[in-house]
Amino acid sequence: MIRDVEVLVIGGGPAGLCAAEAAASAGAHVLLCERDGVPGGQLVKQTHKFFGSERQYAGERGIFIGKKLIDAVTRRENVEILTDATVLGMYEDGVVTVLKDDKHLKLRPKKTIIATGAAEKFLTFPNNDLPGIYGAGAVQTLMNVAGVKPAERVVMVGAGNIGLIVSYQLLQAGVRVVSVVEAAPRIGGFLVHAAKLRRAGVPIRTGWTVKEAYGNGKLEGVVLCELDEKWQQVPGTELDVPCDTLCLAVGLTPLSELCWQAGCHMEFIRELSGHVPVTDENLMTSVEGLYAAGDVSGIEEASSAMVEGRLAGYAAAASLGYDAERSRAEADAARAELRELRSGPLGGKIRAGLEKVAEKRRNAVC
Amino acid sequence: MRIEQHPILQFDRGEKVTFTFNGQTVEGYTSETIAAALHAAGIRELGHSQNLHRPRGLFCAIGNCSSCFMTVDGEPNVRVCVTKLRDGMVVEEQEGKGVVRHDP
Amino acid sequence: MLIRDGIPTAEDLASVLPSPERLAKGPIAIAECFQSIACNPCTKACPQHAITMEPDINALPKIDPDKCVGCRLCVAKCPGLAIFVVDMTHGENTALVTLPYEFLPVPEKGQAVAGLSRSGEKLGEFRVFGVASGGKANLTWMVTLEVPKELAMEVRNIRVEV
Repeated sequence: MIRDVEVLVIGGGPAGLCAAEAAASAGAHVLLCERDGVPGGQLVKQTHKFFGSERQYAGERGIFIGKKLIDAVTRRENVEILTDATVLGMYEDGVVTVLKDDKHLKLRPKKTIIATGAAEKFLTFPNNDLPGIYGAGAVQTLMNVAGVKPAERVVMVGAGNIGLIVSYQLLQAGVRVVSVVEAAPRIGGFLVHAAKLRRAGVPIRTGWTVKEAYGNGKLEGVVLCELDEKWQQVPGTELDVPCDTLCLAVGLTPLSELCWQAGCHMEFIRELSGHVPVTDENLMTSVEGLYAAGDVSGIEEASSAMVEGRLAGYAAAASLGYDAERSRAEADAARAELRELRSGPLGGKIRAGLEKVAEKRRNAVC
Repeated sequence: MRIEQHPILQFDRGEKVTFTFNGQTVEGYTSETIAAALHAAGIRELGHSQNLHRPRGLFCAIGNCSSCFMTVDGEPNVRVCVTKLRDGMVVEEQEGKGVVRHDP
Repeated sequence: MLIRDGIPTAEDLASVLPSPERLAKGPIAIAECFQSIACNPCTKACPQHAITMEPDINALPKIDPDKCVGCRLCVAKCPGLAIFVVDMTHGENTALVTLPYEFLPVPEKGQAVAGLSRSGEKLGEFRVFGVASGGKANLTWMVTLEVPKELAMEVRNIRVEV
């Protein structure tokens, strides 16, 4: 049996929750599929305060923002949340298949918003497969969701926001962070995060990398080394650092498999950190009625993911004729918020990536 | 080890249960995943790779990669990082691909 | 250099430190915020409307030295934990520094704690003059330390040694 759905939202993270809330507030009936046992996505482990403005819950901790977003959609009668429900397939005839409780559900949505988020990237170096080498987000999940002390001595690779934030949160959990190493000559994350880590005594080494890891059956230490201006390892700079855990915070990549399956026009955009669907001003992909919001359409902050979700949700509702005038006005407001969030010097990369997407779309349309 | 006090978070761990890891009894809580319970008990080696038989631990902890595959109650390739713990579970290290159980 | 190691330089600090004349008048907030990011909770936190951002939320905060009364409310509100309040009028040889704190244990009034520099080096043991909670949802503590005047612009973190 195939179930008809008005708006299907795939993924219950910041983008998916905001998409569901927006579409439902306009009157659409929404089904949200979340592969985890609880919605919230990665907000459930974000103990730090968010930046941005009031509209993006600035100054509030990610965990509390997650609770607010979940409460909002849970209160709506026209939103149904399926947890432990993994979307497996997007078929040519518009049927979407979902694995739930070992059963295969079939859905036929009028509109679909893909908000599947991102995965952590890996790094190549000898012995990078030793137990004790984790994605930084994995360690954040162990300590902030499960309350497990994940390590005693940590080396963090990457001084982007995830590397800096997780390092600080490791300190809060009582773990020693020996060093943060960053291959680039400069810190990529917010400098306020770097400064609070530094004044807690954690050295940040820019222009350094992991040469190799070592250990007998488990990580026992790493050898760090300096990089020259051509990103080549400088012989003689090796530094042996004993540690039981190495966290990799070397970027995220969009989880865009469903977009590929659906036949969306995909492009590799370096500035957006991987293959992304080419979307229009409403975040609709090249497939009619299929939207992509949040990290799946390009890696960015969670604040932007929330606004993108809201934009896609209102756009989908408007296209179904729900509260069309207000929905379109809300979509306009979301676009203005995104422009503001991306307008600073740190938004340059995203702006360049989105400009490339727009160009690909223009070329495809012509 | 578990975090007992935290400046921001409080942990509701649920009910205490026991399970076995390679035959050895381990304690955990119903609120947590198998991987979290194993880590709290200091167990980080979850299996071995298929060809070189190198030890494997978890990598992503949110069900994206397949680094944490273990055999749970006889079923191979269980992502223990997203599978909640239940009382009496039999958790075993997995060698390579694992052996798929055939229902009679 | 801040962008290389997370430690603001003397030039960075010179751009945000209040004038000696203003410091002599009483407590004032100092935003050690040196990078344009899209963020504005400090502007909403100030009851005196002393913190402004022009033209938009990507600008650096500006603290009006005439409007700021050093009330400390912004210290726990800044998501980057980058605002401090310094009172150079506290004593003849001592000043008060209020800083944000998010670790355990939370120190008690009167307790001696290690005062740390912007690079995390211990500058000495100082007495906690007061501790205030940022609130149940905020969960950042505001710790006020009594420090020698010459260290008022150096002490920016604490470590509670148990």
